[in-house]
Amino acid sequence: MRLGLIAQLFLRSSRVQRKRAVLTIAAIAWGSVSLLLLLSFGEGLRRQLSAGTVGMGKDIAVIWPGATGKAYKGLPPGREIKVLIDDVELLRARMPEAQVSGEIQTGRASIVWGKKTVNGRVRGVWADYGEIRHNYAREGGRFLDPLDIQYKRRVIFLGNELAKDIFGDARPENQTVLLNGLPYTVVGVMKKKIQMGTYSGPDAGQSAIPISTFKSQWGRERLSVLLVKPHDPARMKQTLAHLAEILGAKYSFDPKDTRALGIWDTVENQKVTRNILLGIQLFLGVVGGLTLLIGGIGVANIMYAVVKERTREIGVKMALGARASWITGPLVMEGMTYTFVGGLIGLVISILIISALGLIPTEGNEALEFLGKPVLSLTVGLASAGILGLIGILAAYFPARRAARVDPAETLRYE
Amino acid sequence: MEATVARRVTYSPVSASDVIRMEQIRKVYDTGKVKVEALRGIDLRVGKGEFVAIVGPSGSGKSTLMNLVGCLDTPTSGNYHLGGTSVGSLDRNQLAEVRNRRIGFVFQSFNLLPQITAFENVEMPLLFGQVAKRRRHERVKELLNRVNLADRAEHRPTELSGGQMQRVAIARALAMDPDVLLADEPTGNLDTSSGGDIMGLFEELWTQGRTVLVITHDPALAKRAGRVVEVRDGYIVSDSAA
Repeated sequence: MRLGLIAQLFLRSSRVQRKRAVLTIAAIAWGSVSLLLLLSFGEGLRRQLSAGTVGMGKDIAVIWPGATGKAYKGLPPGREIKVLIDDVELLRARMPEAQVSGEIQTGRASIVWGKKTVNGRVRGVWADYGEIRHNYAREGGRFLDPLDIQYKRRVIFLGNELAKDIFGDARPENQTVLLNGLPYTVVGVMKKKIQMGTYSGPDAGQSAIPISTFKSQWGRERLSVLLVKPHDPARMKQTLAHLAEILGAKYSFDPKDTRALGIWDTVENQKVTRNILLGIQLFLGVVGGLTLLIGGIGVANIMYAVVKERTREIGVKMALGARASWITGPLVMEGMTYTFVGGLIGLVISILIISALGLIPTEGNEALEFLGKPVLSLTVGLASAGILGLIGILAAYFPARRAARVDPAETLRYE
Repeated sequence: MEATVARRVTYSPVSASDVIRMEQIRKVYDTGKVKVEALRGIDLRVGKGEFVAIVGPSGSGKSTLMNLVGCLDTPTSGNYHLGGTSVGSLDRNQLAEVRNRRIGFVFQSFNLLPQITAFENVEMPLLFGQVAKRRRHERVKELLNRVNLADRAEHRPTELSGGQMQRVAIARALAMDPDVLLADEPTGNLDTSSGGDIMGLFEELWTQGRTVLVITHDPALAKRAGRVVEVRDGYIVSDSAA
């Protein structure tokens, strides 16, 4: 009944000039658009960058065998640590807490298809490499599988850029290429991905063959890098310490020797990136919120004018027995209505702008690829609604409070 | 006429059924540097069914008295009982309720809300009194009939004459069936003929048992009341049956 009464009183209170109401609503809409767009750009950026940071693999560590930096058990510093293919099997057996894999990199190798010759990089890898390093095959192909490794098959998985260089518009899957003169079947092409971190060039320009086949053709056994992905990302530090212990025991180096194994812990990096992104989003939100605040001041302004104009009306209502809340309630409702309508218009405009931006082709332009995809997520919507609601309530409450202080005797005194 | 006579017979300034009882009411306006003493000790009793005119020159304190009687303002000191309730101890919301249920205001400039219809204006006190919708609508129809404006229910105040507006205002004042009808110069903005109509209406209401308090400086109007109270310099200087 009370709320119904307030709504009824709101509907029966006099209307402000249309032009003034329109301007106020426009100010709120403008503020809402800027808030929504800034937050959406922030969200788009966050998603792109997050996708980019995990482009190389999520929660993994890359380990380069280096040279010892300390003397250990009577051995001098400066000894090179050589980790071999078989060590991966050893580590897998001794480290149930993580996925362990690795790779051997070549320099340039010639890849020939028909009359086309391209120099590309080749990596010898295990089957789980695809999963760990986010080398997913696009439709119509696959990554290397355990049988490829077991039977030393001559199969090759191509990075999407490399595949394009070799095949142009032709379909690479199931074609045969010559890799340094030996025939390999293309089993898959990598799905396009954003990759921000690399340690030997982006995966798009690389190719992968089974580690066993690689060993046969190149005669190399020494791994370029080891890859570790703990089942629990929070235990990355312990996992790496465990790995250093195992290899330290085998190759006689101090597990705490930081130069024996070079380590890139992406979990740490992702944490930093997340915090930077959160900072950017907060900053954008504050900028948008301040713009919206100007709209809110517009609402407060119009509501103060309304209270002043309706002083007599308020006095009469008080004389007829209106309680203070029945005076303030409809005014708050009125202020909130301007804010709400403005916010709704802002939302519609923002959705239109964001959809239009989505239509702009950003292919090939990295800056635009990152920035040109604002995302109006539920979180963005809720955050905006929260800021808008808060501003609306404040903008309506203070003028309404002044109305409640109107002295009916004073307003009715002068006839 | 018999009813009128009967009413006049029950008139007594010290009746036990006092609707208004004021004792040593003082009102001081503190404007910062200067203190203005608008009322300097008013004793006033109005019995149920009386028709009282309060007269006095401007600046005499009669408007202040009207504000206090109507619970729009509170006295600086003194006791005020309205219909048996001590008004001095009430908070803002309770005062609002007293105004809603016990007082019916009629103003010189009508003070109808211009954006809503006559019907909705009369309905306003019933809304504040939280009367159920069906009962509210019945009551408004009844009241508009009472002031002969049933055919103007859907008109806005701007579409009505001065006399009609004041009749709407009276209907509004009667909506919650108040203890006192409190009118401040109700004919001040009307021509002689409409003013006479309005006074006739007040008289009629009085004969039907209403307590009416009219503030005026129109002697012709004061003469129609059963009792005239004259205020001057914040005191009641005379109180007599007309």
